[in-house]
Amino acid sequence: MGEKLTFEYAPAPESRALVSIKPKYGHFIGGKFVAGSKHFPTINPATEEVLSQIALAGRNDIDAAVKAARKAYTTTWSKMSGKERGKYLFRIARIMQERSREFAVLETLDNGKPIRESRDVDVPLAAAHFFYHAGWADKLEYAGLGTTPKAHGVAGQIIPWNFPLLMLAWKVAPALAAGNTVVLKPAETTSLTALLFAEVCQQAELPAGVVNIVTGDGSTGALIVNHPGIDKIAFTGSTEVGKIIARAVAPTNKSVTLELGGKAANIIFEDAAIDESVEGIVNGIFFNQGHVCCAGSRLILQESIADEVLEKLKNRMAKIRVGDPMDKNTDLGAINSKEQLLKIRELTAVGDSEGAQRWSAPCDLPGKGFWFAPTIFTGVTQAHRIAREEIFGPVLSVLTFRTPQEGIDKANNTPFGLSAGIWSEKGSKVLWASQQLRAGVIWANTFNKFDPTSPFGGYKESGWGREGGRHGLSAYLKGVSHE
Amino acid sequence: MSNRIDVKKTYKLFINGAFPRSESGRTYEVESAKGVFIANPCLASRKDLKDAVVAARAAQHGWNKATAYNKGQILYRLAEMLEGRRGQFVDEIVTVTGVSKAKAEKEVTDSVDRLVWYAGWSDKISSLSGALNPVAGPYYNFTIPESMGVIAAIAPEAPSLLGLIDSIAPIIVGGNTVIVLASTKAPLSAMSFAEVIATSDVPAGVINILTGKKDEITPWMASHMDIDGLDISGLGAKKHSEIKSAGSENLKRIYSFKSADPGRILAFMENKTVWHPIGL
Repeated sequence: MGEKLTFEYAPAPESRALVSIKPKYGHFIGGKFVAGSKHFPTINPATEEVLSQIALAGRNDIDAAVKAARKAYTTTWSKMSGKERGKYLFRIARIMQERSREFAVLETLDNGKPIRESRDVDVPLAAAHFFYHAGWADKLEYAGLGTTPKAHGVAGQIIPWNFPLLMLAWKVAPALAAGNTVVLKPAETTSLTALLFAEVCQQAELPAGVVNIVTGDGSTGALIVNHPGIDKIAFTGSTEVGKIIARAVAPTNKSVTLELGGKAANIIFEDAAIDESVEGIVNGIFFNQGHVCCAGSRLILQESIADEVLEKLKNRMAKIRVGDPMDKNTDLGAINSKEQLLKIRELTAVGDSEGAQRWSAPCDLPGKGFWFAPTIFTGVTQAHRIAREEIFGPVLSVLTFRTPQEGIDKANNTPFGLSAGIWSEKGSKVLWASQQLRAGVIWANTFNKFDPTSPFGGYKESGWGREGGRHGLSAYLKGVSHE
Repeated sequence: MSNRIDVKKTYKLFINGAFPRSESGRTYEVESAKGVFIANPCLASRKDLKDAVVAARAAQHGWNKATAYNKGQILYRLAEMLEGRRGQFVDEIVTVTGVSKAKAEKEVTDSVDRLVWYAGWSDKISSLSGALNPVAGPYYNFTIPESMGVIAAIAPEAPSLLGLIDSIAPIIVGGNTVIVLASTKAPLSAMSFAEVIATSDVPAGVINILTGKKDEITPWMASHMDIDGLDISGLGAKKHSEIKSAGSENLKRIYSFKSADPGRILAFMENKTVWHPIGL
């Protein structure tokens, strides 16, 4: 008697037998895998196990990829009817669905995100992006850009490590639907699903050179950005790199879209449904280990409910299951890299030294790999670095407000403007707040929802342009009046 | 000809609904096409630009909040006021640029008509560009174009009035406020247009007009951290690269335009997507 009754979850690991990882990979250029010259290891961040050796593309590789993309554009892809282009995209969507479990396992091994998320979010959404854009390929003249919208030509695409396959889909699907060919570089730490996607392109019999995948680090990305044979740059990543790209393309005619950082406010008004809000806060900041540009990393709480919300939030956080990403019960997986873990540690240490109060959920972290417990900081002011800079980890900064206008002002007090959350049961207040917030995506009484039909992208220093929907498609077409 | 000494106008800046001189005290000479001295307009300084940005930022929230119907009526009112002062604008254009009276009349007519055209876009642009997005789940999801904030614009050297209208109207019809640099050689119609603005119920700070040197002011606009977008249609193509590079510090949206179309309005609007669950 008096003993605490607890229900333990039995381990429910997903099998990794579904995937075969080669010891070494090259690049995918002109429809074929070609050997790389230099290589670097890619590891499982949950175990630090080396999964494979990834090729580091240099100038010659980028030249070859751009050449293959140009050839495919001029000889094949730009001459093909939209109807036929679309059918290739439908094929790709279907093959991704067929091989979805394989993609999910590989993504989780290489990225560290929980299998539940790669299985239920990343991979199905990636396939959905191809399916959605496939249908646009033969309807471009109805996209509101005039009767003869034209592709740019060769698109250079650089994607981040937080949603490797999904970001690939966000980039490649609209580019191909609009009639461009692509040279895509996955992030240094997460190349494997992009290389598996190359196999999908082969299975779909996509004409050689329409999709080229080159792997590497930031130096490879710079070669793509500065390559004279590329007509359009699409980048998702940090605002810092986004500004470098904006400067680099200024003297050129390259068209650019940038999807950059954020420091999203998640505002909880006193008339919110508290339990649902707590779920929304957790989803907002702890989804994908907080490695989300649109993460709700600033909780902006109305003072009258702050104590109640924080108590419930801590209770809920204590129940977050941190650990083996391959376990189907895991909520919070591994931090993607040692470098990112150090950055999170550095910024949270600044949070301590600037006077905010840290609270971390009690949880056992695995001995190997990169881990960070779900953490909140209370007593945060707008001047604190943890309220201004993107931490890109499972760390929430909590600020409070008294009047709704003060809440909005605090939410908007940032150079970023990617997303924001609103929690209130009062419809008119929700719509008022959604008008006031200076951000490209507003989640009201929900958070971190994505869909191929729904334009996504930021105001201010969170980027240029949108991805998804008709607005996202237009980024891959000429026909707008301005340049 | 009478021997009456006519009363000449002092051409000043237009900032926050008032007509200040440049705080720098600097001016430059404008001559007629025949080389006769006409006026000493202000050579706007960096401080003048900063003052204009402060005014534009302060005015933006209120202007954006005005209903589309209201904004459309105010733009239409600009057309009404311009129409009523056609003669003055025709005379100024003829004097400064040396074009024929018929050509100047056409420019003024086109300017009035252009304002009327933009006025009508106010309550239509969001139905053109907005969307109800059929997401795969129980969510109501829509995308609407919203104002971007404070936009600066370089008006073309010529046509000095019609070019100015194209540098102002598409920006403000989208709910933004604007700081426009007028034609350097032919700034008179811009400064007279400020008088049209001042009598058209345009709230103070929504439109601010500077006169001066493009090479001096454009880089200040590009590097100003509280300007969200920049229309460089009036700037020589050779300078575009330098200005875009300077503007990258706050990822300013920088565009140039060749024609008047709805894309010109949408270029300085941001798309906002809103999600809300559907359920009992």
